[in-house]
Amino acid sequence: MSEPQRDIPTRIWDALASLRLTMFLLIALALVSIIGTVIPQGALDPQYIAAIGGEQGNRFKLYSLLGFFNMYHSWWFLGLLGLLSANLLACSLKRLPQVWRIAFRPEPLLTAGVERSATCCQTLPLGSTTDPDRLAGLLATKLGRPVINQQDGQTHLFAQRRPWARLAAYLVHFSIILIFIGAIIGNLFGFKGFVAIPEGETVTSFTDRQGNVRPLGFELRCDQFTVSYYPAQGGHNPMPKEFKSILTLTENGREVPGYKHARLIVNEPLTYRGITFYQSSYGTTGSHQLRIGEGPQGQTLQLASDGTAHLPDGSSMHVVEAVQDVSPFLAGKTGPAARIDIHPASGGAPLDLIVFANHPDDNRAEAARLGLPVISYLGGTERFYTGLQVNKDPGVWVVWAGCLLLCVALYVAFFMPHQRVWMRIDNHQLTIAGHTTRGHEQFRQWFNALIADLQPTDTQEDNQ
Amino acid sequence: MTSGSLFNITTIFYMASTLAFFGYLAGRNQKVGLSGSALAWIGFAVHTVATGLRWKESYDLGMGHAPLSNLYESVVFFAWSIVLVFGIIDAKYKYRVIGAFVMPFALLAMTWGQLYLPSDINPLMPALQSNWLTYHVLTCFLGYAAFAVACGVSIMYLIKAKSEEKATDAAGGLLSVFPPTKVLDDLNYKAIMVGFPLLTLGIITGAAWANYAWGTYWSWDPKETWSLIVWFVYAAFLHARFTKGWVGRRAAWLSIIGFAATIFCYLGVNLFLSGLHSYGGL
Repeated sequence: MSEPQRDIPTRIWDALASLRLTMFLLIALALVSIIGTVIPQGALDPQYIAAIGGEQGNRFKLYSLLGFFNMYHSWWFLGLLGLLSANLLACSLKRLPQVWRIAFRPEPLLTAGVERSATCCQTLPLGSTTDPDRLAGLLATKLGRPVINQQDGQTHLFAQRRPWARLAAYLVHFSIILIFIGAIIGNLFGFKGFVAIPEGETVTSFTDRQGNVRPLGFELRCDQFTVSYYPAQGGHNPMPKEFKSILTLTENGREVPGYKHARLIVNEPLTYRGITFYQSSYGTTGSHQLRIGEGPQGQTLQLASDGTAHLPDGSSMHVVEAVQDVSPFLAGKTGPAARIDIHPASGGAPLDLIVFANHPDDNRAEAARLGLPVISYLGGTERFYTGLQVNKDPGVWVVWAGCLLLCVALYVAFFMPHQRVWMRIDNHQLTIAGHTTRGHEQFRQWFNALIADLQPTDTQEDNQ
Repeated sequence: MTSGSLFNITTIFYMASTLAFFGYLAGRNQKVGLSGSALAWIGFAVHTVATGLRWKESYDLGMGHAPLSNLYESVVFFAWSIVLVFGIIDAKYKYRVIGAFVMPFALLAMTWGQLYLPSDINPLMPALQSNWLTYHVLTCFLGYAAFAVACGVSIMYLIKAKSEEKATDAAGGLLSVFPPTKVLDDLNYKAIMVGFPLLTLGIITGAAWANYAWGTYWSWDPKETWSLIVWFVYAAFLHARFTKGWVGRRAAWLSIIGFAATIFCYLGVNLFLSGLHSYGGL
């Protein structure tokens, strides 16, 4: 037993291939992953920074230093994942040769060692039912074609089912590495970005996450963007039903077949030349003309679609939504109309009102009701823009291949056991041993049924 | 009969079943134990009909989606899955008493859903309009249910192991109806063997869907991260079997911690953290 002192590389290798390291890494990853679900990641909200004591505060400095604000890409988190990969590989390399031998170069003799490690074992007296040819036939139908060996006057039969299932655990490990590889390919050779296209306009580039403007290689026009709503229910704001962009794709000015007025909605992305577009957001662009007050004292102002204007008393005002022809929405009204929000300078509840271009009386009535100067909407050039996520990920198919392999291999590993049966016939008895990697209870039942087939039918002897 | 009232009846059956199992635990009367199982099965049948009816009701309202789209519907489906997994184990292994440690989870879920959660059938927002919704929720919650059963069995394991340790063997009492620790350990492992692939499928379908809807299969959103935390814990559990010093009590604790993490992933993330799964909140 005096094991020679192992050298350092061997010790490192053993540690790397140990299950203890696996347990440590899995638990460590579970624990540290919690951090990034509690501490905000990526672009930080100024309010959050203030809440933890400001950018000069110790807490902010410590968190930044430890990479807590982008922890899933920090060196130590990626290091843990890398170590897990190394551990998976080392475990597999260390154990695979032995498992391969068990699976594909099995012990065909029913030795004492096999008997000891068997799931179930039974001895029967010899008789008409224990003829080697019959046993071989039985094994062939019930398990698999048997291998027959003669040794020391004994006849050994061995049959097995699904030896390849032994490899499933290693395929699970390999599939996880495959998923990592797919993610790395995506990071190295793909990109993620964003582009906003106002209705009627064409873009030829987008901005990636690093802020670089990249060419698309073709032209993309937004013909139209629409939002449709479900019917409003009891006082709630109506819920959006569909965000839809109609896009036309051209290459060097020539229309691409199948990409003229193509529809893009959430959950149905559009792909061309490996670049995929996803409906991601929308908004409005352009400006509105409003008039505050009436007569010569009145003041006309130009307000950007997403801008804020101030009333003489300091209240702030912005346009919530506007149409250039209100008649389909409000019976008896015509022309431009806008819904505006006013936040009073005094800090009270926001006021919500609709103002028109063609109905000064309505505008006056609203003004009187709310105690505001008369506000009129003169019209505007507002239109929608569609916000598209722009992606290219050449690694995604590697990831899906890994996921598929993971599912199949997990199923095989858990539910498709490797089963083996050995038989040994000597001068006076037949010994049968069975082994399964999983599902022992079921296997025992199957084994007992096999034994029942071998019991002599005339005598009901109990064989120990 | 509306689905709502059928769900109420279901809750009553689960309550009766839970009480019967507690009675069985206390009195060790086989008939009481059998009635516990029977009540669970009847409740399960009513539950199934109610779910089908709610699905039909959503079609009648012109929405037509599987009842798996908000917190109420998910909690009701969670309870259904728990009873399903328990029923299978009950039918296969006949250890009735497990019901006393599993049915309370189903009862709790149904009671919370019926009493405190808004049960309106709502139309689907654009991000949820996808077939992935059904596959994703189905696999996740069947997995969660298997973990719930594993947790119940692990609690039994810890209680039983403690009494065996005392060796004085006062096991004539409550614990005599408990299966042996070896069986409990085995059942725990079996339940997680079912739950783990389902959770894996749930995470993968979620990733596939996210890739389809948003163009990213993984964005370290709190829900995603927590599902991965749960996956890590159960992966550790599955390896604990082969690791020295991790068998038995520690494995049972891992299973309990795994279920606690599952519940946080399911509810805690929506209630305490923000992210992409906001439609699962209150």
